[in-house]
Amino acid sequence: MKLLTLNFLTCAVKSCKSTSASFPLHPKDCELVSDTLKSDPKLLFNILPRLDWSALSTTASELGFPGLPPSAPTKEELEANEKLFHDLHTLLLETHISEGSLVCANCGHSYKIKEGIANFLLPNHLV
Amino acid sequence: MSTIDVVEVQPPALWEAKRTKQRTVVWQEFGLLGIFTDQKPKIKQDGICSQQLLSTTEKSGVMDSVGVPGPEEYEEQHVHEVYEQIASHFSSTRYKPWPIVESFLQSLVPGAIGLDVGCGNGKYLTVNREVFIVGSDRSTNLVKIASQHQPHAAIVADTLSLPHQAGRFDFAISIAVVHHLSTPERRKEAVQEILRCLNAEGKALLYVWALEQKTSRRGWDEGHEQDVMVPWVMKTGKKNPNEDGSMEKTFQRYYHLYRSGELEADIAAVGGKLIDSGYEKDNWWAIFQR
Repeated sequence: MKLLTLNFLTCAVKSCKSTSASFPLHPKDCELVSDTLKSDPKLLFNILPRLDWSALSTTASELGFPGLPPSAPTKEELEANEKLFHDLHTLLLETHISEGSLVCANCGHSYKIKEGIANFLLPNHLV
Repeated sequence: MSTIDVVEVQPPALWEAKRTKQRTVVWQEFGLLGIFTDQKPKIKQDGICSQQLLSTTEKSGVMDSVGVPGPEEYEEQHVHEVYEQIASHFSSTRYKPWPIVESFLQSLVPGAIGLDVGCGNGKYLTVNREVFIVGSDRSTNLVKIASQHQPHAAIVADTLSLPHQAGRFDFAISIAVVHHLSTPERRKEAVQEILRCLNAEGKALLYVWALEQKTSRRGWDEGHEQDVMVPWVMKTGKKNPNEDGSMEKTFQRYYHLYRSGELEADIAAVGGKLIDSGYEKDNWWAIFQR
């Protein structure tokens, strides 16, 4: 599962979804892999304003990536900064979690990721 | 007809309190004849037989007194397990996007973020590479196939418990999915869950099987039972024949067939605003927003 996806996921438990503690989910014991993917500047520019930058910073820091700028770069800033563009492309689209779990800080439930596939099906007592 | 397989079909909606009699839907498709009682099913001129029979046996009521399966268990058995088993074969037959869905996806602003609820093999993830879609499905095997479509993503999740924040998404599609939910409440809940994820301008497209499809090979039409079991016939291959030597395996999937206006009514019932709706080749579709 690519890290970009994590920016659009929260806990599947109904009572958690309205709490701020449930987002973002926290990677735990994760194995990361990096795929080489042709960069698509237009896609990245267009998606950037739709990201929750603070959540992305949390995710990046929890996974040990170098610190991101305090706020999302504008399209112009990104066009002028090749390294930042490359870093974001790598972080968001090329980096995958292959094994591990995602933990909700509100309820503590842990969602498994196996072979790159995250499973959000809830046990009966949490539905 | 050269061969006749006999298929016993579990009745849908057993848990509904008022339905105390066991109901069985039998019909013929793909050269397959389902027979439950010794009554001969009526065969229509087009070769498709569809008939509901009320069982006259003492089975009536038994399921009510000893552990009636809930809708979740029922769907697990008659929808999720089936798709998990037929995933690869199903996927190989699902590659052509419906025109309405394709034009909806092509009309999106580049960079839009959306959901494909019940994405199956992810055939709609290939339509527009300028948006980002998080697909989800109950079937891990289908999600494995769907997750290969860049730049999108796919996760295993339940349609009624989506792991997404409220108001975050620009669009959502759910194609041929909510008709697998087995009670009216759960079908409405699915629409509500999709609405919850949309932002103020976000639009959703829903697509469900229509009751009114008398020209299709199944021949259903107005007045027919809306809760049906639909067979999926899969070749087992010479290496894995059935015990009797036959080489076909039949899986039954539960469907609720929507009648005209029903989808729109469900959307309105959970507070959705209808933008457009219509009929496309045996299916009802609707586009709506919050």
